[in-house]
Amino acid sequence: MSKNHFKIIRAGINTTFQDQGRNNLYHIGIPFSGAMDNRNYLLSNKLAGNESESPALEFAYQGPLLKYHGDKINIVVTGDVNFNIKKKKDLINGQCYQSYILENDDELDIISTNKSVYGYIAFGGKLDLRYQWSSCSINTKANIGSNNGRKLEDNQEIKISHINKNLSNKKLNYVNTKLENIRIIKGTNFNYFSEKGKKIFLEQEFNVSKLSDRMGMRLEGKKIENVVDTNIKSEGLIKGVIQVPADGKPIIMLSDHGTIGGYPKIGVVISADYDKLVQLPTGSKIKFKEVDLASAESLFKLYELETQNLISQI
Amino acid sequence: MIKNISNLGDAALYCDFGNDISKETNSNVIRYFKTIQKENIEGVNNLTPSYNKLIVSFDLRKTNFKSLKRLIENLDIKKSENLKNKRIQIPVCRDESFSLDIKKLEEKLKINKEKIYKNFFNKEFFCYMTGFIAGMPFLGDLDKNLRAKRLETPRVKVPKGSVGFTEQFANIYTFESPGGWNIVGNTPLNIFDSSKEKEPNLINPGDTVIFNEISIDEHQKYNE
Repeated sequence: MSKNHFKIIRAGINTTFQDQGRNNLYHIGIPFSGAMDNRNYLLSNKLAGNESESPALEFAYQGPLLKYHGDKINIVVTGDVNFNIKKKKDLINGQCYQSYILENDDELDIISTNKSVYGYIAFGGKLDLRYQWSSCSINTKANIGSNNGRKLEDNQEIKISHINKNLSNKKLNYVNTKLENIRIIKGTNFNYFSEKGKKIFLEQEFNVSKLSDRMGMRLEGKKIENVVDTNIKSEGLIKGVIQVPADGKPIIMLSDHGTIGGYPKIGVVISADYDKLVQLPTGSKIKFKEVDLASAESLFKLYELETQNLISQI
Repeated sequence: MIKNISNLGDAALYCDFGNDISKETNSNVIRYFKTIQKENIEGVNNLTPSYNKLIVSFDLRKTNFKSLKRLIENLDIKKSENLKNKRIQIPVCRDESFSLDIKKLEEKLKINKEKIYKNFFNKEFFCYMTGFIAGMPFLGDLDKNLRAKRLETPRVKVPKGSVGFTEQFANIYTFESPGGWNIVGNTPLNIFDSSKEKEPNLINPGDTVIFNEISIDEHQKYNE
């Protein structure tokens, strides 16, 4: 048994190790994967005193309950998350974007995310994980990555191979903002849809269905009618593509998406809004707004600048 | 060669090679794919070749649509680019326990199963692309008499190794997955191996594939 480790008492709904993901594998059918909400992932690591692209634990809705065994270590939770730290004599109501020192036998209990989906735990140190194609991101569909490509289960251990020496407390004032609209660029098959269908897509609200996960987000709403063909010749997909199958209900491709698809593409979510999109929980309302390529590029620059500014404040 | 390059969202190029689905069009796609892969262009993070399209996705922090489009339009694509194709034999067992949709297919195609298999085994197939799930090859072209639509209701679980037909293509399920192809047999051969990081796929775009019939005994003993 390794000396410093966390015992998983309760694994949570979908708890996986994630990092920056894998590049250059779409052509063999392996998606990008990686942390869903990239900004919160980067911030968790920086606050824990790690390189910003180190592996972190990603959880969805209900997170894990972890019991720590070992020398003092920093931990940080990011996102919009309710959590407690149970010490021998104290019960601390945890705050996101703030580092805490855990000691032997302390517990970290991630109760739930608030009106959001994903949260992150960064451990101040190095984890003993298997890398595949230079990433430890778990892809449960292809069973690739650390933990044999499977989500974490009760009674497993998270082994810490090295603890950061500097245990100073770090804190960042940051609040996750919600977006009124998710901005999109028209897709390559936008004109497959009827005038009424296009109007529904750009003007009506949709609901995030419970059939949503790391692969895709399914939406419910008024039917988007296709007047050309409900199939296209199978071709590549990217993160953020919105496909509309014959039933007229949009599906947005997320980080673990299949690499090839045969449904018409009505739009693509802009890169700047991806982190906000993935955080919309089941039952949320979503409304799309069209922007052009130049605006999408400037919005991404702004998003990136904000992220870098936050990182440099830590 | 490329008919048109447009943007797919803000972080990908959508290269269209025309509407024709043929080996010739697809070979052009693969030539571009291999050339861009070799060029190692700064910011490009994924290439997805398909029948008649190539999607080039990139890191918006490092490059953008306009400059990458210019770069790709000016690439020197050699017609003689050696595609170094492999020829791969795939053993397939057509036992009833594996050929889940053969009866339906006989009805759909209005020909008997002996004819279906006669037109399938020992014929040459061309790998147009791989993907959807890791390593799944899209192989064409099926004999004109064997072309059928997808299942009306896709299966939630298609067993690993299943060989299926849809329209002009055959494919192989590299692991258990949902899917709607008409299943006619099963191969004991491992088509995708994630432990081989350099070449996890047995079959790559441009390769030639031939399906050979094996008995249920041979199938069972194959991996012993």
